[in-house]
Amino acid sequence: MTAKYRFNEVPPSPSIDKVGVEERVKRFQSRSIKTTAKMQGLKMVLSMIDLTTLEGKDTEGKVRQMCFKAAHLHNGHPGLPVVAAVCVYPSMVGLAKSIVGKYGIKVASVSTAFPSGQAPLDVKIADTKYAVEHGADEIDMVISRGKFLAGEHTFVFDEIAAIKEVCGSARLKVILETGELATLDNVRRASDIAIYAGADFIKTSTGKIQPAATLQVTYTMLQAIRDFYDETGKMVGMKPAGGISNAKLALHNLVMVKEVLGEEWLTNKWFRFGASSLANDVLMQILKTESGIYQSADYFTLD
Amino acid sequence: MSTKNNAWEYADSIESASHINLRKQYGLYIDGKWVKPSSNKYFSSSNPHDEKHIADVSEANEDDVDRAVQAAAKAYKLWSKISAAERGKYIFRIARLMQEQARELAVIESLDSGKPIREARDIDIPLACNHFFYYAGWADKLEYAFPNQQKKPLGVAGQIIPWNFPLLMAAWKIAPALATGNTVVLKPAETTSLTALKLAEIIEASGIPSGVVNIVTGFGDTGAALVAHPKVSKIAFTGSTAVGKLIQKTIAGSNKKATLELGGKSANIIFDDAPIDQAVEGIINGIFFNQGHVCCAGSRLFVQENIAEKVIRKLKHRMQSLQVGNPLDKNTDIGAINSKEQLKIIQRYIDIGIKEGSEFFQTDCALPVQGYYCRPTLFVNVAQSSILAQEEIFGPVLTIQTFRTVDEVIQKANNSPYGLAAGVWTDKGSKIFNLTSKLKAGVVWANTYNKFDPSSPFGGYKESGFGREGGLHGLGAYLK
Amino acid sequence: MKRVEVLKTYKIYIGGKFPRTESGRFYKVLNKAEKPIANVCLSSRKDVRNAVQAARKAQGSWQERAAFNRGQVLYRIAEMLEGRRAQFVEELMLEDYTKKEAQTEVDNSIDRIVYYAGWCDKFNQVASSVNPVSSSHFNFSSYEPMGVIGIMAVKSSGLLGLVSMLMPVIAGGNSCVIIASEDKPLCAVTLAEVLNSSDVPGGVVNILTGHMDELWSPLSSHMDVNGISTDGRNKYITKVQLASVDNLKRVRVYSNDFSLMQEQGIQFITDFQELKTTWHPIEKIGGASNSY
Repeated sequence: MTAKYRFNEVPPSPSIDKVGVEERVKRFQSRSIKTTAKMQGLKMVLSMIDLTTLEGKDTEGKVRQMCFKAAHLHNGHPGLPVVAAVCVYPSMVGLAKSIVGKYGIKVASVSTAFPSGQAPLDVKIADTKYAVEHGADEIDMVISRGKFLAGEHTFVFDEIAAIKEVCGSARLKVILETGELATLDNVRRASDIAIYAGADFIKTSTGKIQPAATLQVTYTMLQAIRDFYDETGKMVGMKPAGGISNAKLALHNLVMVKEVLGEEWLTNKWFRFGASSLANDVLMQILKTESGIYQSADYFTLD
Repeated sequence: MSTKNNAWEYADSIESASHINLRKQYGLYIDGKWVKPSSNKYFSSSNPHDEKHIADVSEANEDDVDRAVQAAAKAYKLWSKISAAERGKYIFRIARLMQEQARELAVIESLDSGKPIREARDIDIPLACNHFFYYAGWADKLEYAFPNQQKKPLGVAGQIIPWNFPLLMAAWKIAPALATGNTVVLKPAETTSLTALKLAEIIEASGIPSGVVNIVTGFGDTGAALVAHPKVSKIAFTGSTAVGKLIQKTIAGSNKKATLELGGKSANIIFDDAPIDQAVEGIINGIFFNQGHVCCAGSRLFVQENIAEKVIRKLKHRMQSLQVGNPLDKNTDIGAINSKEQLKIIQRYIDIGIKEGSEFFQTDCALPVQGYYCRPTLFVNVAQSSILAQEEIFGPVLTIQTFRTVDEVIQKANNSPYGLAAGVWTDKGSKIFNLTSKLKAGVVWANTYNKFDPSSPFGGYKESGFGREGGLHGLGAYLK
Repeated sequence: MKRVEVLKTYKIYIGGKFPRTESGRFYKVLNKAEKPIANVCLSSRKDVRNAVQAARKAQGSWQERAAFNRGQVLYRIAEMLEGRRAQFVEELMLEDYTKKEAQTEVDNSIDRIVYYAGWCDKFNQVASSVNPVSSSHFNFSSYEPMGVIGIMAVKSSGLLGLVSMLMPVIAGGNSCVIIASEDKPLCAVTLAEVLNSSDVPGGVVNILTGHMDELWSPLSSHMDVNGISTDGRNKYITKVQLASVDNLKRVRVYSNDFSLMQEQGIQFITDFQELKTTWHPIEKIGGASNSY
């Protein structure tokens, strides 16, 4: 899907009342997910994870280990899904692809001078091209938050559209870095800009800035996706990333997706978790739910 | 993509009722003792979810009411001599005991009234506890509330409460009455007596002197006897406007002081510059909270015409995610209608609306086969002159009207005999204050709806009643 | 030759004008010695209707005036009354007051008007509240006038009773319809002239004279009257209360002896106020915590 909109076609964004958002989020959190719903939800969470390593000290060894884990979440337990994707820097795309490709696991690459985005457009385009050429299925770009906060929304829009051009068949996730946008009104505006500029997914955070994927932020972005769908009939995906480290929080994310967007979005085609440590907590919950016995982290491999 | 593969339904998550402690049969709580009704008559309190019997409750007649009032009058002599600080400490005790039993109270409330456990647990019971806690602290500070006015307690307060917030209403009534040094005879609604009786047990356990609080259960006759009793110096009533008027007629010419908290048909107004998704949530909270059994429910929605289509689309979508069903299920958003009678009343209004030809919408959710249930319901493009837009339905039924200008919507919102509450949704501060000052309503929620707090006075204009409950001003109702 | 004195016609006061009663009737006011002292309008139910209509029309803009400005208008009433005190004393003496009593009555009335003039922009400050609710909302309660108030004035008092009941009602931004004392109505009519020549907008105060047994009913049953203030010695109190039920008028019964200095206070104003509580969310931004 390539949305072809011009900046002046981005509709005005509704204002957001943060207190109201917090109340709404509390309602999602009061949903009680038990028994069969819990088990189904937990497995869904696993299948939606973008298992991530994005560190300056990443090495081939580290990436190799993580990629193996992506395909073998917990060998002691048959019938578990694999994760949706691994997420790495462009330099690791080729390696990652060679390991996980055969399991149907996608390779996502951050790009556009991740995480700051402070580079000229041609550098960002080159960065993206490199990742795509090395086999990235998905591109996780960052927006220029400085430009956004300076009011240069057109610039942000054009940049996203330019990156979308070079993605080719790779799906584009646009990282808003909500922790730097400071208000939910900004989050909503940035979401609308990203969606109309051609994002296949919108994503909360790089994982480098706190706060990251709070439920309030994710809810606000889901509403933007909902409104776009209502206006155009086109689906956009959502990826909260950073800060989702336990199963309960992940399940409440799914509750939000179900109630705001609908069950059509409850698949890793349209919803992802960007996380490095979520998988093990979910695995522990799955085993606990099956056996009734509380689990220890010692029995679940780190990566 | 296939929706089927992604289907994810919330499994049952039923709150356990194994820890609740209910007697098979309840007497009347008079003068610190549990006594049999002199009529020897009992009636059944049942669960509106499955229509099953829960417990037998006494039917108090005139003699029983007289016994209770006499006990309260006798206790008043003692209670008014106890130092204010000590009086406050008893009320603090009640608050704490309620907090300890909060979960049990929540489950009983949900069973007996049909309200969702989530609301009983997160809203009704905590607010009820907090109400006692709030007013306890006032007992020895009354001279700060009304400086230079030398206020005094009234004597015996006769209190009659409705079935929509059984324990919360009991707290709203009893806590300020005790804090100001009055004694109490309280009559709960006949369909929801149980948490008031549990409260009687708590009050008994608090060691408060006998007769300071008396609880008599029964029907309308019991309430009428209480209103008419010559030794009652104060009537506090929450319920329908019709009954409120009857009470006013009964006490005309007497020196009885009254506070009436009656019906409403409150306007919830959405402007085109509102935070729209939060406004939609406010509409939902406004009308579907407690099955719409809320006197201040935002039952008349006014949407600015240029965003009406969008708001209604969003509203319908949001409504579809409301779970209707077993009140004890933690995921239930809308529980059972309190009684068969009330369900009939609601159905009758829905029939009228359909006949009048307004656009009608109900959600698709499946309803339990047994019990008293009603789907969340909308009527779109309703005229101001429609019965639906004028009369209080007291159920999950919302009427939607559109408007073009600020002046128009103020006029339409005020064009009602009621004046309990109103909601205003806009991002513009000066517009908010224009509306909040012009709307004839006792409570105005701006960019929020159906919020309650012990420190916040509540009560209406016009036929929604008079007097305030809650907050500093709520003390005034129990002083002269 | 002695000059022929010009006698005063006592008219009623509706909407800032001095009509005769639409019924064309009058009654003779008698003093204690049963000697007629004046002819006064015998108002009818239609006069009540007209007066309520005028009061409703005037109320909104009176309420919307700055409280400070209402205070100035009330103070102006006191000034005008002071300037005409001789006339009031004279009329009270016709109604059997001794000169000393009459002077005291007028003095106290002027002082009471000044007292309530000072309250206009203070009572809400004193009696309102900011309520510390537990949720993230700003919550405050403040008073608003009820609207149109019917006043059934103290029968035994020529001026002070009326002033004591009227001033708190209009100080709070209400408009009103007064049924003057049947026995001592002269000052009520003269007060209307004072009101009219001060800056009180027409219709804010409407004054009718006549028989209480004829006027209590149309006033207390009128669906567009929001509250009733009545003398506690009014023999129709129960009937007034019953007639008020249909639109739930707020009925206040005063058995106070208004000649006493302490029978004034903020409570007489708030008796005819509605308390409105307003909520608005507060966005908690302090500390840039992880709550967002």
